[in-house]
This record gives sequence, structure tokens and C-alpha cells, in this order.
Amino acid sequence: MTGFARRLAALVLPPLAVFLAVLAVWHVVTVRFDVPEYVVPPPGGVLDAAVKSGAKLARAAWLTGAAALCGLAVSVVVGVLVAFAFSQARLVRRAFYPYAIFLQTVPIVAIAPVIVIWVGQEFRSVVLVAHIVSLFPIITNTTQGLTSVDRNLLELFRIHNASRLQVLLRLRFPNAVPNTMTGIKTSSGLAVIGAIVGEFFTGYGESGQGLGFLIQLWGGQLRTAELFAAIFASTLLGLVIFAAASLVEDLIASRWRD
Amino acid sequence: MSSPTDNAGTDAPLIVADGAAMTFPSGDVRALAPLGFGVGRGDFVSIVGPSGCGKSTLLRLVAGLLRPTEGTLMIGGRPPQDARRDDANALSFVFQQAALLPWRTVAGNVALPLELEGAGRLDRRARVKEMLELVGLAEFARAYPHQLSGGMQMRVSLARALATRPSVLLLDEPFGALDEIARQRLNEELLRLWSHDGFTALFVTHNVYEAAFLSRRVIVMSKRPGRIAADIAVPFDHPRTAALRAEPEFARLCGEIGAALEKGSE
Ligand SMILES: Nc1ncnc2c1ncn2[C@@H]1O[C@H](COP(=O)(O)OP(=O)(O)OP(=O)(O)O)[C@@H](O)[C@H]1O
Ligand SMILES: [Mg+2]
Repeated sequence: MTGFARRLAALVLPPLAVFLAVLAVWHVVTVRFDVPEYVVPPPGGVLDAAVKSGAKLARAAWLTGAAALCGLAVSVVVGVLVAFAFSQARLVRRAFYPYAIFLQTVPIVAIAPVIVIWVGQEFRSVVLVAHIVSLFPIITNTTQGLTSVDRNLLELFRIHNASRLQVLLRLRFPNAVPNTMTGIKTSSGLAVIGAIVGEFFTGYGESGQGLGFLIQLWGGQLRTAELFAAIFASTLLGLVIFAAASLVEDLIASRWRD
Repeated sequence: MSSPTDNAGTDAPLIVADGAAMTFPSGDVRALAPLGFGVGRGDFVSIVGPSGCGKSTLLRLVAGLLRPTEGTLMIGGRPPQDARRDDANALSFVFQQAALLPWRTVAGNVALPLELEGAGRLDRRARVKEMLELVGLAEFARAYPHQLSGGMQMRVSLARALATRPSVLLLDEPFGALDEIARQRLNEELLRLWSHDGFTALFVTHNVYEAAFLSRRVIVMSKRPGRIAADIAVPFDHPRTAALRAEPEFARLCGEIGAALEKGSE
């Protein structure tokens, strides 16, 4: 356990030191040069705002996180299915791959208004935006895992008269699990960004306000301290989801390692 | 249990190649010149030859993973694909790498071919236990492959191959990646399993000593396209022990195989 504590310290202490240093500089500069609060609030002001709007921020982060996770979950299901189709026939892969890349390159801020027109201003439209931006890494990584199976293992299955289904269930899918996990990790940050962008365009109506909505609201009102607090909350949310995905990936990789 | 020495080669050969040749369509590579040979039931035959002469290709033909582009190759009078389809325990293959599924335990890996062939759960469990005891890995049943040494992984691979009680065991340089001590120990182990199970073994290797120690017969191949350059009988009695390696007659035979190999490589 002490070994674990030491590793944790080695992981956390250096970035923490950087964070504190940045806070110190930030504080000194804003106070010393009398920077107006609406341009850059001092760290203390941001902390005050965060505490005052704490409940609101927490509720918003919860909502945004839920939308991001739902989008990510949909991406896992859709991504694995698409990857499965890609792995079955080269022709399918050739025909559809360019459109998968489209997901990667389409400017999501341009698509979001279209989604609002089609789907409306609801939770599910935010989920849809999160889903679109988080789909591509899961498709590519899973396809890679399904198709890059060791040749000897494929021949082993053939020699023992394995059916196509057996090859799929006992060889290809398990082989792809670590790849899919890597895809999920990459996508987790994207899903949070997607959810926030989605909220820029679509509130949740009566049912609540997400971080994206608060950022836009407070930005428009020049409530910069609150805005900063919301930005930190967004970053923290992305970090938590990414860290959780990394942890699961590590656990799986340690079992799947050759 | 009858000793394989008694019944080997008494009846019609189990594996028969009749003018079997292989030309890969991609790039028109002629890997094997027409080959004719037979391997008796229960025999242990090694194949040595220079790199790229078509040894793996020959094993893949016998396994039915490839079809000869000329001539025929039969197991028990049938093409290997048919033999495999009709009889679940027709053959097994051991690769140069252990080729284990990293997400399965040792026991799970040994059970794999039994699962694929549709063996019942209880049969499977009993057979896996028996095989792991046979290769001395009973206490590692629940370990994962990455927790084992290279030699132990290869033992698991052998146990997996023999779990289905194959009549033919094909081995493609299975111990090539191991150090000399581990290789010798596994050679002795393989001979023990062979006398125990009585399968027919076709063993590809680069190592002349290994070929002489294991086999009753060594086929030496020429460089690509592979032809049979020499067919050398290995007369030592079974069971063979490590002491055999120190005998002058053993050294003489290794020299003979080595010379044939060199001549074929020119
Ligand atoms: N699928 C294939 N398509 C085209 N050429 C091939 C294919 N497989 C093997 N070859 C060629 O056939 C020849 C024989 O290959 P093979 O792997 O049987 O040799 P080998 O004797 O096993 O060599 P090594 O000792 O290095 O394992 C080589 O020249 C190889 O490049
Ligand atoms: Mg080879």
C-alpha cells in the first residue's frame, strides 16, 4: 500500500506544484496590476464565485456529465457494431470508411444547429452531439482489434474446425477489447466537449441547465469569475471521466497483456 | 499401452504425399517441388532444411490449411480437410510461438480446442486436468499466460495440442525460441508424451541435434523449391534419455544429417 501511495504522490505532486505556481502568478498579476474583474478575476474571486454558485455548478456538471456518458455509451454500441461490419468485408470498409472520417472532420458547431432543427432542444440532442464527436475513435480502434488477430491463432481455430461464430466470439471480440477500451479513453474527453458544445445550442428547457448553458449565460453577462468557475468545472468533469476510462483500460490491459 | 516403436510403419502409411507441390499464386513463388513420401502411423519424423525451403508450407499442406497446387497429399486416404472435418481429433498443430489466448487462463487455453470441437463440460474439465498433470503444470491451471516463462507457455501449447488426442501432431519449430536447457528438457518431455499417446509426429526444426534426438527418421530438404535431399533413419531405441546425447553414435548421426543439410543448401 505504501508503494501505491508513493506512486500516487509521484503522479499527483508535480502537476499540483505547477498548478500552485500558476495560481500564485495569477494572483500576483491580477492584484498588483489592478486588472478589472470582468477581464481576469483573481483566483480568490473565482473561488468565491465557485462556492456561491456551487450547487448550481454541481447540478450543471451532473447533467452535462450524464449527457456525455450517454453519448459515449451510444458511441460504444454503435462503434462496435460499425467496426463489426467493417471487419466482415473489405468492401464494406472501403465503401464506408470515408464517411467515418467525416465524423472526425465535420465542424460540430456547424452541425449542432441542424440537430436542434431536427431533434429539438432536448437532452437527447445534447447526447446526439456528444455521440457524434465520440464515435470515430471507437470505430477505428475496435476495427483494428477485430482485424489484427494473430495468424497462428486464426489457423489454430481453423484446424479445430471452428465456426465463423466461434472465431468471432472466442477470438476476434476478446482480441478487440483492449483496443475498444483505448478508443473509449480517447473518446471520453471528446464526449464531454461534445456535450458542452451541444448545450451551447440547446438548453434542456425546463428540466435544467448544463455547464455549456452556464458558460454562455455568464459569458454574455460578463460575470467572468463565475465563467472561470464553470470552465474549471468543465475541465474537472472531463478529467474525472477520462481518469475513470484510463483506470478501466489499465485493468483490462494488465489481464490482456501477452 | 502399446509402445509406438512396435507398431510404427507396420501397416500402410498414415500420411502420403504423392507428387505434392506448392506454387503460391501471389508472386508465382514455387515453394515446394513435387514431393513423394509416406509417414507411418505412430512414427516420429523430423524435417530439417535451410530457411525458406518450404518446411512450414509442407506442414500447412498436411494440416489442410493449404491445398497442393499439383499432386496429392492424403491423411488416412483422405485429403486433410476431409480428415479434419470427419474426425475431430484428426490433427493438432504446435506453432513456433506458444500462440495462447492472453485473456484465458492456462486451463482455459488447454480447454479451447475441446470447446471448439464441442466436447461436453465434464469431459473437458477432466481432460484439461489430466493434460496439465501430464506436462507438470497442474498448479498453474488458473495462471494467465503472461505470468509464465517461455518454456512453460510452450508446455501449455503442447497440452492444448494433445488435449483432443490427435492422431497426427504437427510441430513447426516449437522450441526455436527457447534457450538450450529448456529446449532439451522439452525434447525429453515431448518424447515421453509421444510414447504415452502414440500420435504420429511431424516435427520441423533447424536444429540437427534436436531432430536426431527426437525422431525415428529425419527428412532433409534442399533449398527452395524444397525437394527431399536425404531421408535418414535414426536407429536408437526407445525410451531415449538425455544420456543418448553423449554417445558417439549419436554424434556421428548428427554429423551425417548436418552434412546432408549442407549439401542440400548449396
Ligand atoms: N502465403 C504465401 N504467399 C507467397 N509466398 C509464400 C507464402 N508463404 C510462404 N511463401 C514463400 O514460400 C517459401 C517457403 O516458405 P516457408 O515458410 O514454407 O519456408 P520455411 O522452410 O518454413 O522457412 P523458415 O525456416 O524460415 O521457417 C518462402 O520463399 C516464402 O516466402
Ligand atoms: Mg517456417
